[in-house]
Amino acid sequence: MPQYLLSVYQPQGTPPEPDALAAIMERVAKNEQEMKDAGVWLFSGGLEAQETATVVRATGGLRSDGTLANDDVLVTDGPFVEAKEYLGGLTIIECDDLDEALRWGRRTTLAIGLPIEVRPFYWAKS
Amino acid sequence: MSVLVRVCGDIDTAEECVQDAFAAAVQRWPVDGVPPSPAGWLITTARNRAIDRARREQSRDARQAAALALSDTDPPEEVGPVQDDRLRLVFTCCHPALAPAARVALTLRLLGGLTTAEIARAFLVPEATMAARITRAKKKIAAARIPYRVPRDADLPDRLRDVLAVVYLVFNEGQLTRADLAAEAIRLGRLLVELMPDEPEARGLLALMLLAESRREARVAPDGSLLPLTEQDRSRWDRPLVDEGRALVRQCLRRGQPGPYQVQAAISAAHTDGPPPDWTQLRQLYDLLLTMTPTPVVALNRAVVIAELDGPAAALPLVEELPLEHYYLFHAVRADLLRRLGRHPEAVAAYESALGSAPNDAEIAFLRRRLADYQRARDARPSA
Repeated sequence: MPQYLLSVYQPQGTPPEPDALAAIMERVAKNEQEMKDAGVWLFSGGLEAQETATVVRATGGLRSDGTLANDDVLVTDGPFVEAKEYLGGLTIIECDDLDEALRWGRRTTLAIGLPIEVRPFYWAKS
Repeated sequence: MSVLVRVCGDIDTAEECVQDAFAAAVQRWPVDGVPPSPAGWLITTARNRAIDRARREQSRDARQAAALALSDTDPPEEVGPVQDDRLRLVFTCCHPALAPAARVALTLRLLGGLTTAEIARAFLVPEATMAARITRAKKKIAAARIPYRVPRDADLPDRLRDVLAVVYLVFNEGQLTRADLAAEAIRLGRLLVELMPDEPEARGLLALMLLAESRREARVAPDGSLLPLTEQDRSRWDRPLVDEGRALVRQCLRRGQPGPYQVQAAISAAHTDGPPPDWTQLRQLYDLLLTMTPTPVVALNRAVVIAELDGPAAALPLVEELPLEHYYLFHAVRADLLRRLGRHPEAVAAYESALGSAPNDAEIAFLRRRLADYQRARDARPSA
């Protein structure tokens, strides 16, 4: 069955006050439970702030035949790109088609109050 | 086409099978004679091609399943199932997950049967750009699994609104200059009414388009300038279209489920009463429309009606509070009210503002004529 990634796009800046956050998290938990009850839920998680990210990079890059130029890897502090909005969390669901995925996307944005990108998986294993 | 999309499961394969079927028809019909049901023959032939294709690619399980599904289905009929398939295709082409420009292109390509070159010409973009837009949309339909299905009842009002908006967009695109696009939109509008006879908004949209189309000839003066409704020569209206539009509006009114397209159509129909039209009824209709679509443009049109009922002094404050400084008709309406109130320099300045923001030559010519008439009338009255 098709799987979809629901990504939460979070703006840079101060997070909501604790009380507000608690109300949001309550709605998020409820939404997740509804996904489980409907049998579409596969995974969900919230990410730490983007300052906590580390990038590892194969510095030699890819050759045109798909092999790697060398085994050198560079480790750098920080996110891959500095952006005004970054990936704040994600949910993976499994359902029949985009209409159903969008219905869950709609519920998710109404739970969190942030935009949700709904994107189909090309392939997935678990 | 719509039948094949269901049978093949993807638009590209369906299109190729249809092309094969037409090619076969070109060869066979001159020899064997035209079959009693040409559309049925084409569908059956195209469907057989689809089955052949699926069998040729049986290496993959999905293809095998597809071939099975195909040989299971009954021979296609021309009435019920075809109608259902076309309706599904309408909703796929106008899916909100597709960009508006792509919805228009897909609808014209797959429901209107226009070629990519024709659509590109109509929207003044290079053919390669339009081809890329259509390819991208088809790819998204396949990869994201945009369903080929009539939305469930809970989603239907929103989705129907998207469908009607696509058709109205095509119509408006064709209104002034490209008559073929307007005709295509009306054809699509008729199709929607046929497919969804219980949706009064589909009927309302068709009525709105027919009434606007009935005035195509009358709307343009001999010098190419635009003529407002009240100045048009009614004998140049297309009477059968007016009558059909009015009949559709009456059918809508009987249903008692008004929506924005129906109310706009009722307004357009009310302007075919008289002359003069029933301004009180028009005010009621605009009041209703304003509750459904509370936009400044609707408020501006309502103010024009108020000017007829209660005079320009009552209408002017309603106009001036609207945030429409960039809309030429805002300035044109304001200029007209100021002229009627005898506020000469302000009226001329407002006409100049309207001229500065008018979108095309026909509108500019209309405003120039208005301004010239006004100044001539003033010059003829030295006391003013």
